[in-house]
Amino acid sequence: MDLSFFVNQALTGLASASSLFLVASGLTLIFGVSRIVNFAHGSMFMLGAYAAATVYGPIVSALGPAIGPWLAMLAAAVAVGLIGVVVEVLLLRRLYHAPHMLQILATFGIVLIVQDAVVLIWGYDQIVGPRIPGLRGAVTIFGQRFPQYELFMLFIGPVVFAGLWLLLHRTRWGTLVRAATRDREMADILGVDQAKLFTTVFFLGAALAGLAGGLQWPREPANIYLDTRVILEAFVVTVIGGLGSIGGALLASIIIGLLQAFGILLFPKSTLVLVFAVMAVVLMVRPWGLLGRPEPQSVSDLAETKTAPPAHRYAAHAFAVALAILLVLPLFAPDYVVKLATQAIIFALVAFSLNFIVATGGILSFGHAAFFGLGAYAAAIAVKSYGASTGLALLAAPVLAGLVALGVGWFIVRRAGIYLAMLTLAFAQILWSVAFQWVEFTGGDNGIVGVYMPGWASQTGAYYYLTLAFCGIAVALIWRIMFAPFGYTLRAGRDSALRCDAIGIDVRRHQVLAFALAGAAAGVAGGFFTFLKGGVDPSLLSMDISADALIMSLLGGVQTVVGPLVGGAAFTFLKAYIMPVTDQWRLVLGIVIIVLVLAFPRGIVGFINARSGWFGGAKDEAPVASTGEKLA
Amino acid sequence: MSALLEVNGLAKSFGGVQAVRDVSFSLGRSEMLAIIGPNGAGKSTCFNMVGGQIRPDRGTIVLDGQDIAGKAPRDIWRRGVGRTFQISATFMSMTVCENVQMALMSHHGRTRALLPLASRLYAEEAAAILDRIGLANRRSHMCGVLAYGDLKRVELAVAIAHRPKLLLMDEPTAGMSPSEREALMQLTADIVRQEEMAVLFTEHDMDVVFAHSARIVVMNRGAVVTVGTPAEVRENAEVKHIYLGGTLEAAH
Repeated sequence: MDLSFFVNQALTGLASASSLFLVASGLTLIFGVSRIVNFAHGSMFMLGAYAAATVYGPIVSALGPAIGPWLAMLAAAVAVGLIGVVVEVLLLRRLYHAPHMLQILATFGIVLIVQDAVVLIWGYDQIVGPRIPGLRGAVTIFGQRFPQYELFMLFIGPVVFAGLWLLLHRTRWGTLVRAATRDREMADILGVDQAKLFTTVFFLGAALAGLAGGLQWPREPANIYLDTRVILEAFVVTVIGGLGSIGGALLASIIIGLLQAFGILLFPKSTLVLVFAVMAVVLMVRPWGLLGRPEPQSVSDLAETKTAPPAHRYAAHAFAVALAILLVLPLFAPDYVVKLATQAIIFALVAFSLNFIVATGGILSFGHAAFFGLGAYAAAIAVKSYGASTGLALLAAPVLAGLVALGVGWFIVRRAGIYLAMLTLAFAQILWSVAFQWVEFTGGDNGIVGVYMPGWASQTGAYYYLTLAFCGIAVALIWRIMFAPFGYTLRAGRDSALRCDAIGIDVRRHQVLAFALAGAAAGVAGGFFTFLKGGVDPSLLSMDISADALIMSLLGGVQTVVGPLVGGAAFTFLKAYIMPVTDQWRLVLGIVIIVLVLAFPRGIVGFINARSGWFGGAKDEAPVASTGEKLA
Repeated sequence: MSALLEVNGLAKSFGGVQAVRDVSFSLGRSEMLAIIGPNGAGKSTCFNMVGGQIRPDRGTIVLDGQDIAGKAPRDIWRRGVGRTFQISATFMSMTVCENVQMALMSHHGRTRALLPLASRLYAEEAAAILDRIGLANRRSHMCGVLAYGDLKRVELAVAIAHRPKLLLMDEPTAGMSPSEREALMQLTADIVRQEEMAVLFTEHDMDVVFAHSARIVVMNRGAVVTVGTPAEVRENAEVKHIYLGGTLEAAH
């Protein structure tokens, strides 16, 4: 590698770092004041690119090529900023005191809605950007030609950083933002108008993302995959830099930009793995990111969760009826429905195992797809590459998923709350990219096909019963464990780590084991999914599956034991029947999520339960007077 | 008989602030010892170093002949130390009885059991403890709905579940009515007598301190001012000065 090439590559990396910083600074600013991890931030970037594509032509023809392009970019940024304001005012403002899980899911709902909205408005085809007048050429640096626009990009990041710094340190608004970032409660007590502050911060954050999207458009065509790619990169940058730290975002942008520019030379296939590996190492050494401040140990997310066994006889009746229907279903239902029911059972187990660690264990995972996908791939690879029997393949699935979950769990439980959620997401994405890029082993994009059960078990009905039996056993085991000392200990750790420590309980050790257990259960589900579908592909490891699993829990009722089972089944059938009749499944799902989060956060079972108390535990108890007076 | 707890030369600073410097005292078996002092005297820091929540910079904390300074709270608990917190820490989603059962499950090393029903484990033992604490009729209430004074009792029940040699109570009566205070401290004194348990506590309420402690450690600005019986401390000029301000100094 000669010097000129090295410099050129470095400059390219820094230009990307600029773009990354614009997105990440908005994300970190929003997190700083609102403590919301905004999944929709990548969508704002994508909207910025499309908005620029829409206004560019008219503005340039009206105002000429000298200032037109820049005004178009600014207009796009302002438009996206206003969309950010709408999202904040209509949705997120209602969720500032909600658990992390609801906040994350709500912003994920926005992601889904924007994805379909973009397709509806601009179509599937990508829109190639223009070459900006005045910056069309290239300059020669160390004998290599370097595009002028890239050079311009390189300076944008530092300029925006300087502007933000002045805004935050030299204006009253900036002082309020910094105060709220440091201590939200205190800022509130001191009379800062939070609503106004949050709205303006969301405007600025979204506008920065929009600006980044607009500026990216000449470098990369506007397309419908921008949001996911950008949000993941922005997450990595903010986590490495420290959530809430603008300086950290700049530093981390540069690290990631350079890492990608040079990493692609060293490991052309696995830059994503490299990026996530760096993130993991940084978090090992500095748990709160390079320039982040420790978050005060928050009271656990779902501390109000009460899990109790079915208390009412109606619950037992309902359970018996459900089981009876499950047992006789293949006798009268058409094949299609039986296959769908098999899938519903599989996803009920995925959601149930996830809810076990989220609600009982207080471990918010946004990467449960990792273990579902690992199980699925383990089964498929065992059969295809190693010629294993189906029984062995189905055994390999939970064993591999469980062992990997044990290792991952050991690492992630050292973090809490939102950092933990982002680490699980990062891990799932690493696996996803491995599955995608390690073509020889995993079949890459196409995955592995032709993995079916032999003989009698290949019949739809037989496979249904097989799935019901094994997934049922897994559910029953986890259910039992929830009410065993181990499950109680997890709840205890979730309720008060301080108290646990003072009665000799090592909370983390229990959490790691729970994570491994849930991973193995998801692996069981993955193994059965492989033989149901006859193969695997990388989408099984995608963020969508992780999100679906959380949505299933939410739909059924996070704070109930049976909720995730009901939610998993309901979600599977809803999806199967709604998807064929609309091209906008994501739009529908996004709206459903937002309605659930805002209006029915207790889910189906929780809703029934709050009215009837059938499923025990969750009916609200009235406060009880002190015994002290009587004893005195 | 040797002392149960011997604290020697304990020191801790946070950043540039020397919160505790060279603190030494000892505690006999079945003794109730109070640490008092104005705000910022270093009581809580001292206290949390004994409990393991804060790691001391220097000094030894010898419990029954073994140095526990810098050990994790879990290890200290295992050596027979129970504690309550200033802001009570209980398991809010569990019933009062389950809170105590949790401590018993941990004590018996059963927290990783996967199959038995937790609600049935050590239920009678837990009920017996709650009887003594006066919470028998709150047994199946969720902790989340209890009144503040009762939560303090739940904590006490959880803290004594494994029959510790030493009980640490950080501001046990803070926020309670006077009658509740007296009841709680009387209860503690009874337990101390029956179980031969020693108690180290910090407390703001002087009536409670003088009525219930055998000896008192007075701290100010991170150091021990004096250690003595309530009567001795009451007569100590320096203590009067700390609590009542400069006017008395002129009288001397």
